[in-house]
Amino acid sequence: MVARRKESEEALNQLFRALADSTRRDILARSLTETPSVSDLAARYEMSFAAVQKHVAVLERAGLIKKRANGREQLVSTNRARLKRAGELLDYFESIWRQRMAQLDDVLLPKGK
Amino acid sequence: MPLTSVTKDAAKLTLTVVGDYPVPQQRLWDAFADPRQLERFWGPPAYPATFTRHDFKVGGRAEYFLTLPEGKKWSGSWKFTAVNPIRSFEAKDGEDNAEDENMPASMKFTFDTTPMGSRLTIVTRFSSVEAMEQTVPGMEEGLRAAMPQLDALLAERRASSARA
Repeated sequence: MVARRKESEEALNQLFRALADSTRRDILARSLTETPSVSDLAARYEMSFAAVQKHVAVLERAGLIKKRANGREQLVSTNRARLKRAGELLDYFESIWRQRMAQLDDVLLPKGK
Repeated sequence: MPLTSVTKDAAKLTLTVVGDYPVPQQRLWDAFADPRQLERFWGPPAYPATFTRHDFKVGGRAEYFLTLPEGKKWSGSWKFTAVNPIRSFEAKDGEDNAEDENMPASMKFTFDTTPMGSRLTIVTRFSSVEAMEQTVPGMEEGLRAAMPQLDALLAERRASSARA
């Protein structure tokens, strides 16, 4: 149980490191609607093939994309389930704020006991 | 319900929360200026907050900890970058009490008078998605585990306020 929790913690850290970069977020967005090859992606950014390949590798380690071989090419597609986790995080912040604002209401307008 | 709206912008990494309260603007401001009041609403219901410092002026710091259900403590701190009583204040938000100023999030609180009382607008801006995990208690405990629990807490809270 402890080991399992540790594992998900590390996966989570990896997920956020992957999302923290704008190029990687852009790669994710493109790979949602199409399945570009790594070379297609490399052609779209003003950086070296190796740099793009590195971004793709970070995304893959975080589980945000999947790579599939097609002949000599590596096709990239976004893992929607993982991306959804990032959205869940914002939802989590929202829930914290909802509680906080409700509690503030209790402080401002104490209900009779 | 005091909460008027929540706007999430994943691309800009901001969260905007607006709440309307039927009390004067000064009263709303005081809830943030007084650490004894602040600690009654800052922590989630299962994680009560204790403020050990609240130096409410530009350059001042606030330090607090949340007590998690298993007795573990989670520390957080703010550094105030603007304080304009009773209109607005801004703070950088960080994990633990490290004095390094590379804090992962910033918050701007704006207070306004409205026909019905007062309005509070809070804009939280995260420096990166990674930074988001550093500013939220319970993240280490596993977000997945916390979410259903939170929903239950919210439901309980609604039920108890309906009874009141």
